[in-house]
Amino acid sequence: MSIRIVLPTALARHTEGQKSFESQAQDLPGLLAEFELRYPALAQNVKDTNGKLRRFVNVYVNDEDIRFLGGEDHRFADGDEVMLIPSIAGGC
Amino acid sequence: MSSPGTYQCSTTSYELRCNECGKTYGNRPLSACPDCLAPLEVQYDLDSVRGRLTRESIARGPASMWRYQDLLPVIRAFQPDLPVGFTPLVRARNLGRRLGSNNLYLKNDAVCSPTLSFKDRVVSVALANAQAFGFTTVGCSSTGNLANATAAQAARLGLKACILVPSDLEAAKVLNTQVYGARLVRIAGNYDHVNRLCTLIADEYRWGFVNVNLRPYYAEGSKTVGYEIAEQLGWRLPDNVVCPMAGGSLIRKIRKAFQEFVALGLVEDKPVRFFGAQATGCSPIAHAVKNGWDLIEPQRPQTIARSLAIGNPADGPAAARMIQETGGWAEDVSDVELVSGIQELAEDEGIFTETAGGVTTAVTARLLSQGRIGRDELTVVCITGNGLKTTDALHGRFAEEYAVRPKLSDFDQYIRSVEPELFGIQAEPALAGGAH
Repeated sequence: MSIRIVLPTALARHTEGQKSFESQAQDLPGLLAEFELRYPALAQNVKDTNGKLRRFVNVYVNDEDIRFLGGEDHRFADGDEVMLIPSIAGGC
Repeated sequence: MSSPGTYQCSTTSYELRCNECGKTYGNRPLSACPDCLAPLEVQYDLDSVRGRLTRESIARGPASMWRYQDLLPVIRAFQPDLPVGFTPLVRARNLGRRLGSNNLYLKNDAVCSPTLSFKDRVVSVALANAQAFGFTTVGCSSTGNLANATAAQAARLGLKACILVPSDLEAAKVLNTQVYGARLVRIAGNYDHVNRLCTLIADEYRWGFVNVNLRPYYAEGSKTVGYEIAEQLGWRLPDNVVCPMAGGSLIRKIRKAFQEFVALGLVEDKPVRFFGAQATGCSPIAHAVKNGWDLIEPQRPQTIARSLAIGNPADGPAAARMIQETGGWAEDVSDVELVSGIQELAEDEGIFTETAGGVTTAVTARLLSQGRIGRDELTVVCITGNGLKTTDALHGRFAEEYAVRPKLSDFDQYIRSVEPELFGIQAEPALAGGAH
């Protein structure tokens, strides 16, 4: 199984500029663990002191907010695109 | 893609600061802290204006929001072009009687220039910064009012505008954007989809998105609502403010304005409670407040109050926290109630507001009936947009009138039948129990 991770410029500074790469992670905790091994600086940037994803980072799975899908319990499927976006702005 | 412009702090008395980790970033088109990824906010050196900025110096300024220019993030040499803001603050005696308040005021941004919503204020500040950073194309993600404001002011400043909106936006708001020559792109999704796309576009294109990469500057424009309320009340603060919430920014910035005026000695300090208003069909911030949280559970919006239909509000956590800190509350009302709110405000005060204003009016009624707002407390209700933009909400509300022949006798017969009270005749109740 393979998923595609997509990062914005702000986070790609930790991945030698790569904004997109493949991952074998099964779920969000697995993805964070994978970041720890492959891109420790990225892991440090997106995780809080408790090792959880910072509350300002939004995760989308194929355009859907992961919080609508069950959050950490959601299992990724083969071919999913998983996007991390810090601090969605917008609104009034 | 090229690196964004910056401008130097030496010419300014403000800069971007992360509220979470406290790091500062000078002035650049950036909305999130690179280190902790939290939203950035503009921080001021209030000492730079202390003593120089007085009630008198402000009152000598233009009759627009630019009388508070010293407290806005624009370069010192900035010359304002349009008379945006300084909208009426009116006493609402009739509505107050209906809702049970002796001390009710309306801040009426339904008549804000140039595009009839409070978004004219934030766009003014954002585009001043877009120009300072050297952007020639600007854009926004919008639920409508922001699209109108960005398109109009970009046209006047000679900037190209590309505006992204949800595909189900009201026809009037679409037309009121296109008329200014802006490129309007309808996105097949809700506002949160549009917003996320704009974040990605801002990351790739060298465009100034007023509510994405220019957001910290943009948001400061909302403070002018608060400055005006304080000045128009005779340099004092109200007891309560009722404010509509979409992204959760405006309500916080009104409080920031009050705090700055207090810090500068322009008004006396006092506790002000803040009350947030949302439509039940999209009420993530009200839901958080009612549960005592400062975390937001995103929602899929389903309401006719499209200008408030943001299911994942950027400033939601901070707004929920702030409301609770002040001892305020947040409420949400149904689409039926918000339409009644529009009508009551129009019938009682002669102000035609859009759906968001209907929400705010209906929530104010609820808060007064719950006793959360006291009858004699000075309460300011923020009306942020004009009803001419959302006439769809009232579709079918009024029957088409019978066409009277142009003869006095026909008119006389007709008017006596439909308005008997004008002629001293007691109207018969339409239904058992009466309509009034």
